[in-house]
Amino acid sequence: MSGTDGVVASGRAAAPADALRLEGVHKSFGRLEVLRGIDLAVAEHEVVCLIGSSGSGKSTLLRCVNLLEPIDAGRIHVLGTEITGRGVDVDSVRRRIGIVFQSFNLFPHMTVLRNVTLAPRKVLGLPAAEADARCEELLVRFGLADKRDWFPDRLSGGQQQRVAIVRALAMQPELLLLDEITSALDPELVSEVLDVIRELAAGGMTMVLATHEMGFAREIASRVCFLDGGLVLEQGSPAQIFADPQEERTRQFLKRIVDAGRL
Amino acid sequence: MIVVVIVNSPGWPAVRRAFFDGHEFTSSLPEISRAFLTNVEIFCIAEGFILVVGLAIAVMRSLPGPVFFPIRALAILYADIFRGIPTILVIYILGFGAPALQLSWLPTSTVVWGIVGLVLIYSAYVSEVYRAGIDSVHPSQDAAARSLGLSRSQSMRHVVLPQAVRRVVPPLLNDFIGLQKDTALIALLGTVEAFRQSQIDVAATFNFTPYLATALLFVAITIPLARFTDWLLNRDRRRRQSAGALG
Repeated sequence: MSGTDGVVASGRAAAPADALRLEGVHKSFGRLEVLRGIDLAVAEHEVVCLIGSSGSGKSTLLRCVNLLEPIDAGRIHVLGTEITGRGVDVDSVRRRIGIVFQSFNLFPHMTVLRNVTLAPRKVLGLPAAEADARCEELLVRFGLADKRDWFPDRLSGGQQQRVAIVRALAMQPELLLLDEITSALDPELVSEVLDVIRELAAGGMTMVLATHEMGFAREIASRVCFLDGGLVLEQGSPAQIFADPQEERTRQFLKRIVDAGRL
Repeated sequence: MIVVVIVNSPGWPAVRRAFFDGHEFTSSLPEISRAFLTNVEIFCIAEGFILVVGLAIAVMRSLPGPVFFPIRALAILYADIFRGIPTILVIYILGFGAPALQLSWLPTSTVVWGIVGLVLIYSAYVSEVYRAGIDSVHPSQDAAARSLGLSRSQSMRHVVLPQAVRRVVPPLLNDFIGLQKDTALIALLGTVEAFRQSQIDVAATFNFTPYLATALLFVAITIPLARFTDWLLNRDRRRRQSAGALG
């Protein structure tokens, strides 16, 4: 658990306890090498933002952490347990890691409440009443109580994404992965989703976000990682990355963002 | 237009006497209706099995990875073979072949073997319908379910299949209308169902009206079946759209 072999490119001295640690993670799709040796460590309660242009590997990285994509080489540890070894029970790993997708991926044939209670009931084996209680509490907390019996196709994008976040939280994950969760939303719906993330960060949730919302990354991140060509090219505090990037590629990327009026 | 041509054709008076005889119709209808109950029975029993066997074949075929290759291959082989052989041949082979084996533990009833034949054939078709439905559910749905910790089979059962089945209700019903018609093929094994009964009536009177009566009975079943599906689909759509207003 404690970072005895903490020689990872985290830029921090002696990590207390890494919630997530990636070592030399490689992933290819056919001939396309998307991740080319990712090293990354995320401490508990840390909020790490992954930035970089499309195709830099942000989403693939998150999908690999959740074992939705098998990696080709390297190792991934979650809370001290290696999850990429042979004979790992992928279902029990995923139980501890929540992920929220860009496209919400709610189950369209279930009500909001059923969407949220499905995993607690089927995976954790909670009795229906207990699962309902736990999930209704979450829905109330995130302003979705009056939507519990609605079907997803009746909700706005922002509401759907908040339900997706609640669905992930209902499993009480130790690590939450957020894959460009505001990219599919209308601009006026982005803030309601970001508010939820803000609240989670304040509550100490360990999170890794792939995001294009630079302003939000600057505000919320404990650390920002710039991915380029399947590598973590540069990382540091938001102030350092956004104000004083060291790498030429980072500067180019941020200049394009500024030019587009996104920062 | 077609009606005008038929009614003005030179043979029409004779055809009308042979096929549209009111007296023959009323006198043959009760007996054919009784025999038609056999068709309905065959249909209901066969349908129950087909829904289950077809689904099992479809799920077998959707198992991923090299480990399950033999199971996938078996499912594909099954669907290919039983979609390839004409229904009538399968029913002949089973209906006359199986009892001829003279194995005491095998049923000898021709109805049973007729039903087995229909189940084998239609399960192959229905498995393809289910498979199309399973394939139509976007992989992100399975990813979302698996990411919550649901196992492969839990994801299939709670997330993928419910959506898949809903989407394939109309084509499933289409196959069942086909099945309802094909119950008449069991007549070939000697079972007295509606078509066989009408043949008997025709042979006795040399009037073909009983065939028409039988045709009407079949249509009388398939039309409500079609409307029922429409109603089911509409209800589902309404329920999903109005739930918000009620909620």
